[in-house]
Formats: sequence, structure tokens, C-alpha cells
Amino acid sequence: MASREPVDYIQRTREQYDTLGYPPYAWVHSETPPPFSILQKPLSQCRVGLIASGGIYRQGQIAFHFKDDFSYREIDADTPNEALRATHFAYDLTDARTDPNVVFPLETLRRCSAEGLIGELGPRAYTFMGGIYSARKVRDALAPALAERVIRDEVDVVLLVPV
Amino acid sequence: MPSALSITEAVNPPRAVYLDYPLGHTAGKVDDRSNQIAIMRDTLTAFESIDEAGALVKLDYAWREDDTWKDYVMRPKPASEAENARQSSESEHEDDRIERFDTPQYQTEEDAEAAEAACPSCVFLEDVK
Repeated sequence: MASREPVDYIQRTREQYDTLGYPPYAWVHSETPPPFSILQKPLSQCRVGLIASGGIYRQGQIAFHFKDDFSYREIDADTPNEALRATHFAYDLTDARTDPNVVFPLETLRRCSAEGLIGELGPRAYTFMGGIYSARKVRDALAPALAERVIRDEVDVVLLVPV
Repeated sequence: MPSALSITEAVNPPRAVYLDYPLGHTAGKVDDRSNQIAIMRDTLTAFESIDEAGALVKLDYAWREDDTWKDYVMRPKPASEAENARQSSESEHEDDRIERFDTPQYQTEEDAEAAEAACPSCVFLEDVK
């Protein structure tokens, strides 16, 4: 029976792990309200950053591995689609390898910049392979490193694109 | 701009724009520039329109006219197909994930050859314990 309801990935993961005889995965549940600030200027004047977890790398870079790889790649904002690659163990890569925009919308953002919807893109985007089972490594190492990088790039907002 | 609603609600980011597409398409459909631009326009607009911490906007896009794809996400295929799969495989369980190799997994052989040994734009972090 088809459903208009969203797929509950937490529940489906629990069912799959059960079937495989694994203990349940300990998903992150944030108990405190998130930090928040209102945009201080129109989007059309903002410098926009991009961070994506779909396992994108540029040809010439070292690809991600699949065992809790919490490294990241810097991708120059003018990198053409043809130079981008995708590697990940937990989603169907067919479309991402045909058209990286589906998980890494760098070209889409360049178009939005050309249209004047955003002021400009940050100098580079950041990518990682999001199949990292250790929430601690993400929280304590990867996330602070990426936050420090986008602050250094002086972006006004950052678009996060999970898969 | 996530496509996994339950995970997003659990993480509770400052603001989110939810797209009800299969994972691997969080920024739109393959080779469909007008779809990708429309989704991005709606997403970026939310940077200005959301004025409350933790708010989530649901975008009004459907992957297909019917939603049967949702039935098979991380679940066994229908009985007839599952029977065929069982006959061709020793596995009794639906687990189509790729093995978690600990060496770089290149898209192509050429990528492996082209990779720079010292890659300044590849950043390997120290684990913080």
C-alpha cells in the first residue's frame, strides 16, 4: 500500500538491524533547542557556503573509504560537474554519478548566483561521506572543523545537503 | 535540505527544508535542471522566511504520481520477487549495503591513478577523545 507519509528511516533502520541480528543504532536526539540567528541582510547580498555529505570528491583527490571515514574534501566553487565523483556505501549512486547536482548542488547554486538570487558563492564547498557511525567523531572533530572553515570563508549562511 | 524527516526531527537543526524524495536525490532529479533550480529557489527562500528556531518547511514536490517507492526502502521486495532473490542468493535477509571497506573507494580506476599522493584539499582529522 503506497503512502503519502514520509519514509520513517529511523524505524526502517531498526527493522533492518533487527532482521540482521544487530542491536539498534543509537540515533542522535538533540534535547536542547538549536542555536538560531535571523539573516542580517537580504539573501541577494549573502555569501553562501555549501557542505554536503554524499561522498563527493574531485578527480585528483583521494576518495573516501567506508569505515567511519570522517575526513573532508575542499571543492573549489568553480569546479565543473565533469570533474566530480561520488562514493558512498549506503545509497544508490547511479544518479549522483550521472549528475552530481542531485546530492551536491554546486552548479545549481552557481546558477542561482548568476540569477542574483544569492549574492555569491563561498570560495569552496566542503564534502564528506556521511555514513559515519560514530556520532562522537562528527560532533567533536568533523563538525567543529567544518564550522571553523566556513567562518574563515566569511560566508553569511551555509546550506547543508545530507543524502 | 534533507529527505529523511524522522532523522532531521531527531537532530533538530536550526532550520530545515524537507523534500520528500528518495535518498540520493535531496537536491532534485537527475539531469532535470528546472526541477533542481525550483527546489533550490524554494530552499534558499527559507533562509529569509523561517524566523523561529527549529522550524521545518515541507516542500510541495512529489517524486512520482504514486508513492509505491516508499514501500521498498530498506525492506524486502514483494513475495514473488523475494522468492526469485532467495533462489539466486544464499542470503535470507535484505541487506543491499556495500561492504564497509577501509581503503579509498574510487568511482573509476582512472580516479585511483589520478589521485595526488599529497592532497592538500583532502583533510584528515585527528580523533578527539
